[in-house]
Amino acid sequence: MLESNLVMVGVNHKSTPVEIREKLAFSASKIEESSERLACSDEIVEHIIISTCNRVEIYARVNDQELGITSLKRFIADFHNLPYEELDRFFYSYRDYSAVEHLFRVSSSLDSLVIGESQVLGQVKDAYHHARSLQATGMVLNQLFEKAFTVAKRVREETCISEKGVSISSAAVELARKIFEDLENHSVMLVGAGEMAELAAKHLISYGVKTVYVASRTYNRAVNLAETLNGSAVDFANFADELHRADIVITSTGAPNFIISKEMIADAIHRRKNKPMFFIDIAVPRDIEPEANDLENVYLYDIDDLQSVVSANMKEREKEAVQAMEIIKGEVQKFNNWIVSLSAVPTIVELRNKAESIRKAELDRTLKKINTLSAEDKASIDQMTLAIINKILHHPTIKLKKQTQTEDGHHYLKAIRHLFHLDE
Amino acid sequence: MAKIVFNISVVSYLAASIAFFVFLVHRRGLLSTTANILVGTGLIFHTVWIAVRSAETGHGPYTTTFEMVVFFSWIVVIAYFLIEWRYKIKDLGAFVIPLVFLFLFYSVFLSREHPSVQSSEMLWMTLHRTLSITGYGAFAIAFAVGLMYLIQEHQVKSKKLGFMYFRMPSLEVLDTLNDKIIAVGFPLFTLGFMTGAIWNMKRDIPFYSWDLEKILPLIIVWVIYGLVFFGRLTIGVRGKKAAQGAVFGFILVILTYFMHV
Repeated sequence: MLESNLVMVGVNHKSTPVEIREKLAFSASKIEESSERLACSDEIVEHIIISTCNRVEIYARVNDQELGITSLKRFIADFHNLPYEELDRFFYSYRDYSAVEHLFRVSSSLDSLVIGESQVLGQVKDAYHHARSLQATGMVLNQLFEKAFTVAKRVREETCISEKGVSISSAAVELARKIFEDLENHSVMLVGAGEMAELAAKHLISYGVKTVYVASRTYNRAVNLAETLNGSAVDFANFADELHRADIVITSTGAPNFIISKEMIADAIHRRKNKPMFFIDIAVPRDIEPEANDLENVYLYDIDDLQSVVSANMKEREKEAVQAMEIIKGEVQKFNNWIVSLSAVPTIVELRNKAESIRKAELDRTLKKINTLSAEDKASIDQMTLAIINKILHHPTIKLKKQTQTEDGHHYLKAIRHLFHLDE
Repeated sequence: MAKIVFNISVVSYLAASIAFFVFLVHRRGLLSTTANILVGTGLIFHTVWIAVRSAETGHGPYTTTFEMVVFFSWIVVIAYFLIEWRYKIKDLGAFVIPLVFLFLFYSVFLSREHPSVQSSEMLWMTLHRTLSITGYGAFAIAFAVGLMYLIQEHQVKSKKLGFMYFRMPSLEVLDTLNDKIIAVGFPLFTLGFMTGAIWNMKRDIPFYSWDLEKILPLIIVWVIYGLVFFGRLTIGVRGKKAAQGAVFGFILVILTYFMHV
C-alpha cells in the first residue's frame, strides 16, 4: 500500500475510559467544522470521522504516514482544547493493512462492546455519507468504506454472529420465535408486574405481540401496566382461568411459593387443544412448578435457564467472531490487492521515465564527444539504446504487473522503488 | 443416452446433498443457492428421463419397481421445491435431498422387467400407483420435516440450545408444514388404497385371498397417518406427537416396501 498511505487514529471503549471518550466525541453539528479544518491540513488528503458513544476514529489518506498520524492525534486534542501530551497514551493507530482490517472489524461489529450488535454499521454508514456530502473523501476512502459495508453484510449473512440474543429479554424473544415463529398472532400474559417482566413484554411487543394480559396482586398496578402496554388487566384471583388464552406467560411475582402448578398448566394446555405454551419464570423464588416442563408442548424457562442461554450465546458469538475474522482477512487481502494494483501502474511509468531520462542524458553526452558519425549512425545508436532499455525493463514490467495481484505484491513494489531510487 | 441423463440427475442430487450439508455448518449464502441450482439441474434431467422413458414404453413410469422408485423420488423433489418456494426453509434440503439421492441410487439395483398388464386393468393400475406414489412422496417430506421438528423440540425442551437450534426453523412452522403435508398425503394415500382394491377386483382377486402379510402393514400405516390427520382435527394431536407419527409412519412405509419386494 504505497500510494494509498492509509492511516487511522482513534479511541474506543477498550482503550479509553468514558470520561475521556465523551470529551473527544465529535457531535453531529461539529463534524462539519472539524471536517473543514482537516481539509485545510497539508498532510491529509481524504478523511472520515466516526464518532459514536463507544469510539472516536478518524480514517485518512495522508501524504506521510508518520506525520499524518501525529497530526490526526493533535487535531483531535486541539479541536477539543485538550492537552495532546496527556491524551497521547489513549490513542491507537493503524496503517495500511491493519487500518483496513480495523475498519472491517468495526463495521462488522467485532470490535463492539457487545459483539455482533447491529447499531455500529448504521453509525459507520452515517459517518461515511456525512463525509461524502462534505466532499472529504476520495477514491481510496470511498472504496474502503463501500467495501466495509459489503464485508459487514457478508459477516452478518454468513455467520450467526447477531442471531444469538445476549440479554435475558432478547434470549426470551428468540426462544419465543423458535417456538411460535411469527409473534404477531400470539398473546402474552404477565403474572406479576415486575420491572423485568415489563421489559421482556415490551421486547415481545416490539416483535409484534398484540394481545397482552396483565395480572397482579394489586389490581391497580395491573391496570396501570396494562395501559402502558396497550393490554387488558386480569383479576389476579382468576388468572388461572385465563391462562389458556396466553401463548407466552411471564411470571415475576414476589410470592414465596409456586403460584402456577403443573396441574394448572396441564389444564390450560388441554383447553388449548395442545397448542404450545412458553413460560418465562423470572421470579426468585420461582413462581412456576419446574416439573411443568415435562408436559408436552410446554416450554418452561426460569431465570437461570435464560442466563445460561445468554452466556452460551455470548460464547457462540465469540466463536462466530473467529469465522468472521476469516471473512475479514480475505476481504482485507482483496482490498490490499486493489490498492497495490493502483500503485503498480504509476511505479512502472516512473521506472520507465527514469530509465528514459538516463538514456537521453548519456546518449547526448556520448554523441557530443564523437563528431565523425553520420545522422544515420546516430539514429541507429539511438535505436540501440532504446532497445537495450526496453529489453531490460520488459521482464520487470510484466512481473510487477503480475505480482501486484498477489498477496505480497507490495514488497515487489517497495523493492523496485527502493532499488531504483524512485522516491528520491 | 437415457443412462447418461439418469446418471447426471443422480450425481446432481449427490452434489446438492453435499452442498446442503456444508451449508448447514458454514452459512454461506452461495452454498445454499448452489445446492438449489444442483437440485434444479437434477430435476430437469430427472424429468427428461421420465419423459423419454414414458415415450419409449407408451405409459407413465409406474410399471416396474425401478420406475416407481424413480417416479417417487421425482415427486419428492417437486414437493421440496414447492415447500422451499413457499416457506423458504433453507435447511430442508439437507434432510430431503439426501433421501432422494439414496432412493435413486437404490433404484438402479431394482427390477426393470415389465409385468404383463391387461389393458382393462391399465386405468386402475395407473390411478392406484400415481395416487399411492404421490402420497408416499408427501410422507417422505413429512418424515424430513418431522425429523427437523423433533431435533428442534429436543433443543428447546432440554434447554441446550446448540448448533441446530439456530438453524432449524420454528416449531410452529414445522408443525404447520406437517399438518399441510399430511392433509395432502393422507387423502392421496387413502385413494391409492381404494383404487388398489378396485384394481385387485378387476384382476379377479377376491378380498379373502389377499395376502394378509402384505396388507396388514399397509393398514397400520394408514391408521398411523389417519390418527395424525384426524387427531389434529378433533383432539388436537399436534407438535411432537404429529412429528413422531410422521417419522414413524414413514419408517413403516419403507419397511412395508421391503416386505413387498
